[in-house]
Amino acid sequence: MAETLLSVRNLTVAFQTRRGAFDAVRDVSFDVEAGRVLGVVGESGSGKSVTAMALMQLLPEAARVSSGQIHLAGRDLGSLSDRQMRSVRGREIAMVFQDPMSSLNPIFSIGRQLMEPLTLQLGLSRAAARARAEELLGLVRIPSPPQIMRAYPHELSGGMRQRVMIAIALSCGPKLLIADEPTTALDVTTQAQILTLLRDLQHRMHMAVLLITHDLGVVAEFADDVQVMYAGRIVERSPVGALFDRPAHPYTEGLLRCMPPLEDEDPERLPAIEGNVASPFAMPAGCSFHPRCPYAWEACGRIQPQAVTLGAGHDAACLRHGVVPA
Amino acid sequence: MAGYILRRLAFLPLTLLIVALATFIVLRLTGNPVDIFLDINRTPEQVTALTQRLHLDQPLPVQFLIFLRDLLHGDFGESLQFSGSAAGVVWDRLGATLQLAGAGLALALILGIAGGIACAVWRDRAVDAAISSIAVAGQSMPSFWLGILLIEFFALQLHWLPTSGYGDLRHLVLPAVTLAAILMPNFTLITRTAVIELMSEQFVVTGRSKGLSRARVLATHILPNAVNPVLSFLGIQIGTLMAGSIVTETIYAWPGVGRLLINSIGHRDVPVVEASVFAIAIIIALSNLVVDVLQMLIDPRIHRG
Repeated sequence: MAETLLSVRNLTVAFQTRRGAFDAVRDVSFDVEAGRVLGVVGESGSGKSVTAMALMQLLPEAARVSSGQIHLAGRDLGSLSDRQMRSVRGREIAMVFQDPMSSLNPIFSIGRQLMEPLTLQLGLSRAAARARAEELLGLVRIPSPPQIMRAYPHELSGGMRQRVMIAIALSCGPKLLIADEPTTALDVTTQAQILTLLRDLQHRMHMAVLLITHDLGVVAEFADDVQVMYAGRIVERSPVGALFDRPAHPYTEGLLRCMPPLEDEDPERLPAIEGNVASPFAMPAGCSFHPRCPYAWEACGRIQPQAVTLGAGHDAACLRHGVVPA
Repeated sequence: MAGYILRRLAFLPLTLLIVALATFIVLRLTGNPVDIFLDINRTPEQVTALTQRLHLDQPLPVQFLIFLRDLLHGDFGESLQFSGSAAGVVWDRLGATLQLAGAGLALALILGIAGGIACAVWRDRAVDAAISSIAVAGQSMPSFWLGILLIEFFALQLHWLPTSGYGDLRHLVLPAVTLAAILMPNFTLITRTAVIELMSEQFVVTGRSKGLSRARVLATHILPNAVNPVLSFLGIQIGTLMAGSIVTETIYAWPGVGRLLINSIGHRDVPVVEASVFAIAIIIALSNLVVDVLQMLIDPRIHRG
């Protein structure tokens, strides 16, 4: 039994906007064990990224954690001072973002941006930081590190930039890496290379990874466990194999049916989930998914479903969890 | 980089040729200098002599070619109201103008940028509202009016500073403040907008996720990126700065090129007007070149061929 590294309990994140208030993340609880990869899947607006920013304590100004706790290796992150939280960022939790171009400062060299956490967080001298930065570039399999140290972000390809971002994230040896759509902005061959690299580094450094994606293919390739989010809630969680074999929530089933089959001899129209994600300002009563659900009963519009355990580490929040055909 | 600077300098004569043509045409369109310069008791001999000296007896295209020929030798002709060459007269006043423009610009940049950063950091709070309101009010205040108010208050009422003239640092204060007031509001508003836009950039989140404090991200990531938008604006404003300098020199009897220019236009001292306009054109062109080079040094993405 692996030790629990990250423990999130009943996390709710509230946004206050000009159009009104809403909860982007609602009563979310989950654990990440040391050295494991947890995939978080859902459409845009499902609360995946907001959850990640809440873990980093870097929510936008309009948002705040309105209830719940986040414990990292036993420490309550919500109770830390600003200064204490700064030393958690980068050193214990690090993050890789979707667009590696805009994530890097356009007017500074790669070397400067990579050395920044090494000198500031680890207190290395400039010479030591430079040597370590070149090592890190080698670790993410960038050829001729000294040359790349002098390069600027716009001079690199998308894949190279994302490797640099990964090197920055790994620079202080974090225990948890949050990867928010790390391959979405890259082309398909580069995606595969970056995933292989992440998987390899995760093994080698025995890091836990929270992998946020809308792509079930990425989850299948990389994650140990997966949780599906819809409208700010976790609707299903499972070890990866079980989710693909026996999806229990109608939303998960819908997502799986939307995956384009690779070797389809006679491609038909790709199915889609009818309707749109519920507006955060007009959340349906009961189960948020019921207006789009092909199996919905009358009760689905009244009762907020609780998670039901279906197998080892597999549970789903659906009143009709038995109805999805295997 | 050196190649770029040389290419830009190679285009400078073209810019100046256009300036020369425009100055030439405007001066010829606005009356005969002989009529204005010579007084009522003039003799026909004096009229003929001055007409010949200014080549006004030649057809216009020939006049322009003579003007260009002399220009190539740096010769604008003799000043009509001062003894000596027009170029020399302007050259003697250039130092005072550069002193005033430099002081005004430095003041506007320092206060304007500091104000803009404060507005962005405390966005939509009292500080922002106060500074932004002062900036908008300053933008709408004509500088000759502000100049008169400053003289009335600081020179005539309080006797802290001289009303006008040129001399020690105390003489520079009011003209520099007046000139700075023309530019400062714009620098505040541009800096505010640039910093606020940069605050929502993804690389700011990256910086925070590395464990940098808010203040460090502002100082080391946001502000360096805000320099170029402010510089672009500065490049555009050099013309405004020189125009403001002309007005300010006139208000405070500051012995610079601007006051000389206004004075010479009044006296139809054609050679001096031409030399003054030329000096100002060269200052604007070179300042813009400096701005462009600085921008290239700051942002590696800018490649100018």
